[in-house]
Formats: sequence, structure tokens, C-alpha cells
Amino acid sequence: MLAVADLHAFYGKSHILHGVTLMVGEGEIVSLLGRNGVGRSTTIKAIMGDVHAAGSVRFRDEEICGLPPYVIARKGLGYVPENRDIFPTLTVRQNLLLGVKNTRRPGRWTMDDMFEMFPALRQRADNPGGVLSGGEQQMLTICRTLMGDPHLMMIDEPTEGLAPMLVTQVADLLVRIAARGVSILIVEQKLTIALNISRRVYVMGHGRVVFEGTPDDLRRSDGVRKEWLEV
Amino acid sequence: MFQLIFFSLLNGLVYGMLLFMLSSGLTLIFGMMGVLNFAHASFYMLGAYFAFTLGLHIGFWPALVIAPVLVGLLGALVERQGLRRVHGFGHIAELIFTFGVAILIEEVVQLVWGRPAKSYQVPVLLDFPLFRVMSSSFPAYKAFMLVVAVAIFAFIFVILTRTRAGLIIQASLTHPGMVAMLGHNVPRVFMVVFGIGSALAALAGVIAGPVLGTFPGMAQVLGSIVFVVVVIGGLGSLTGAFVASLLIGIVQTFAVAMDVSVGGALAAVGVHVNPGSALHDLWKVTIAQVAPILPYVLLVLMLIVRPTGLFGTRET
Repeated sequence: MLAVADLHAFYGKSHILHGVTLMVGEGEIVSLLGRNGVGRSTTIKAIMGDVHAAGSVRFRDEEICGLPPYVIARKGLGYVPENRDIFPTLTVRQNLLLGVKNTRRPGRWTMDDMFEMFPALRQRADNPGGVLSGGEQQMLTICRTLMGDPHLMMIDEPTEGLAPMLVTQVADLLVRIAARGVSILIVEQKLTIALNISRRVYVMGHGRVVFEGTPDDLRRSDGVRKEWLEV
Repeated sequence: MFQLIFFSLLNGLVYGMLLFMLSSGLTLIFGMMGVLNFAHASFYMLGAYFAFTLGLHIGFWPALVIAPVLVGLLGALVERQGLRRVHGFGHIAELIFTFGVAILIEEVVQLVWGRPAKSYQVPVLLDFPLFRVMSSSFPAYKAFMLVVAVAIFAFIFVILTRTRAGLIIQASLTHPGMVAMLGHNVPRVFMVVFGIGSALAALAGVIAGPVLGTFPGMAQVLGSIVFVVVVIGGLGSLTGAFVASLLIGIVQTFAVAMDVSVGGALAAVGVHVNPGSALHDLWKVTIAQVAPILPYVLLVLMLIVRPTGLFGTRET
């Protein structure tokens, strides 16, 4: 599905990624772990074309590195940013409508699907996105990207700032989305969640991937956890 | 007194709606791209000149449609081939670029049409007084200007709130990056908005040319007022642009109509100035004489009291 090889990224003159290599398979949930500032968010922004990058990004057997973000999105890559970027003045319904890329070719997910998964969004359908709670905004932004019918979703810190009950709800949602054949790449801070739902994990340090394996591999690798994850 | 208030209000409304046709495009372009387009009023001027020349050959009515379309295409071209290339070098480069375009257009206008004002006339069909109130009459052409401006206002409103393209534009005002990552061609949206904004400015020029004059300095005269409108309304806010346009339009028309001195106006509200004071001459200036600077006084006050403007969300 997605194969990233030797990806380098730059913010102005500073070199953030030093050759990241990773892959995501069909229907897989993969987590990108690591401390703050090691380049996890930059990695998915670089894949999305939002950050100047060099290297190779192959998505569904096509090289996409260097393409503008809207072209990459149309190829079936969905992105949910860390700050959520709800359109605050538009209603929940309008936010969801903007997730649809092509109104003539409906995707697998309809607005009713979204409302069934999150009845709270149905109740808020005609309220401006800006007045939703943090949890509702997180649901909305994931649903908005789903409306674009992506093959792969990249989600930056989906559970950040959410109450424990909502964290479980978001985790359940991700598992359900993956069950319908959508691959997911998440950047996650909460180790337990990431290990519970992922099939594979990558740990990043200093702009590189320093560990790759299954959640069980990581549970057994005390050294990796101590050096690259625990604070 | 009634006559004065009635006609000042009406004229203020016409002038204000005209300002809105320019400020709406300017504020939308700023909101999306973060560029204060110095060339915006130049497109207004081009509209008037194009319509004047086209009008000589094919008459006013076809020119009313064709001139804005031509200027709109030119605007889209400026965005696509100029602004988009400069974009990578930051906002200062973009600002200087639009400034350059403004100067270029002014020079070209002088080169092609010459320095003296053109005798761009109100079309014969509309050259009659629409109605009279006591001793004053209201020209039909001004009513026509008002109708066009209101139609444009309705057009912008419906497009922005009732269509999918409008939703994309609204979302791009605050989060252009996110809109692109949902798969919308944001660069093309920028180009289209820039083009339509230029076309609206040109349409304002076509209908204002016969009334406000068609001369090489017309862009500067109105351009600076339009900037004031956009800042007072709040950069990027369409509602703000609308309210501020009407406010400035009406304040200025009222001020022009007032033949009282500043001292007299102060006396009317109970403040008496000593006739022998050093600033005596200043109080003898009439309100009509200070009318042209009133918008700028409002601008300075607004920047001190509320830097985001009436409806803006970010600092200017």
C-alpha cells in the first residue's frame, strides 16, 4: 500500500528527517512512536506533500513524492492533523461535505454512516464546528477525512487531550475503520493504545527509524523503550 | 433638512455599495492568500477604461459585460503567472509584486489613453432624473448603480453560502492547507477568486467611471479608501467589508454635505471654543473640507481601539 524509502525532509534550512524508511500494508494499523520532536509528525506531513521532502514515497505502486498535497489526497491518502483543523465557522454537516472529493462519485462512507458511529455528531449537525468539544472535534475530523474515501489514513495524535473514555472510543473507531479495509498509520503518544490496536510499530529517534517490529517485540525490548520512548 | 438627510443617505448608500464591490474582492483575496493586493483598485480603473473604449464601438451595455470579463481574465493571469511564482518567496515579495503591477497598470493606462480624463458618459438611456424631492432630483443612473451593486452583493452571498464552491472558499479563508489535504485544488480556487475579485472591481469601474471620473489617478483615489474599508471591517471578513463600506460611504457623503465649521459643530454639542485661541483658524474649517480625511481618522482610531477591525479575527 505505502512504501517510504530514505525520506529526507527540511523546514527551511533545518534537516528534520534523515532517511526514514517504513511501510504500511493493506488494512493494517501501524503506529509511529517516539518522543516529541523526533520527526513523527514531519514524516506524515512529508508523505502528504505538506513539507519539502526528498526520497521515495510509493503509494499503490506509484511514486508520489514531490506532488502537491491535493493531488496526493485525490490518490486516496487521507490526513488528520494534530491540531484537527476543523473549519470553525462551517457547520458539522458542511465540514463533512468538504471531506467529499468528488460529488459525482460517492465513496464507501456516507454521512449517515458517520452519524450512526457518532450520534453526537448528528445532534450537532447544524452547529458550527468551532463550538464542539475536543472529543467531538476529533471525531469530526476523522469522519471528515473518511468521507473522502481514503485507502490509507494518516492520523496525528488522535487521542491527545481526550478523556480516558473518549480515548477508548477513538481506538475502537480506528479498529472498525481498518476492518473495512482502510489502512491506518498513526502517530501516537499513549503507548498502551498504540500497542493494543497496531499490527506493527515503528519507533523513531533523531529523524530516523530506530526500531521496527510487532507490539509484542516492543513489549519485550526494554532497551528500546528505555532509550527511545520513556521519559 | 429632510432633503439633505434623504439625499445624503441615498448617495452614501450608492457610494458605499460601490466600495463594497471593491472591498469584497480585496478582503477575500487577503483572507485566503494573505496578500494585500495593491493592484486591486488598478483593475477597477482598467474596468472603466476598457468600458469607455469598448463603449465607443459597441455601446455601453455590451461593454458592461465584456469589460469585467476581460479584466477578470487578466486578473486570473496575473495570479497564475505572477503571484503564484512569487508566492514561494514570502509575503513581502508578494506585496512588492502587487505594488509593481499597480504602477505598471497606471503607466500603461497613461500611455494608451493619455493623462487627461476621458469623457466617459452616462448612457443616454439612463440620463434622466428618476424622481424629485422638493428642489433636488435623483439621477436614474445612480439608481442603476445601486441595483447593480445590490445584485452583486446577492450574487456573492448566494455563491458563498449556498454552493459547494462557496464552502471550499469559506474553508480556505481560515485553513487553506487543510482544504488542500482533503483533495481540493486550492491553487485553482485562489486563481478563480482572484479573477472574480478583479472582475468585480472592474464592474465597479465600469459603472463608476461616468460618475466619479475616468482618469489615470482614479485607482489611487478609490484604492486608498478601499484599504481603509477593509482594515476597518477587519481583514478577511466579508461582513466587515460590507458594514465598513456602508459606514465610510455614508459618513463621507454626509460630511461633504455639511457646510458647518468644526467650531460650529463643537458648539452645537456644547463645547465652546475661545475665538481668540491659537487654534482659532482650525475651528473655522468646515466639515465638508475635512471630509476627505475622515476615513483616515476612522482608520487610525480603529487601529488604536481594535486592531482586528470590526469583524476581523486577526491583527492587521
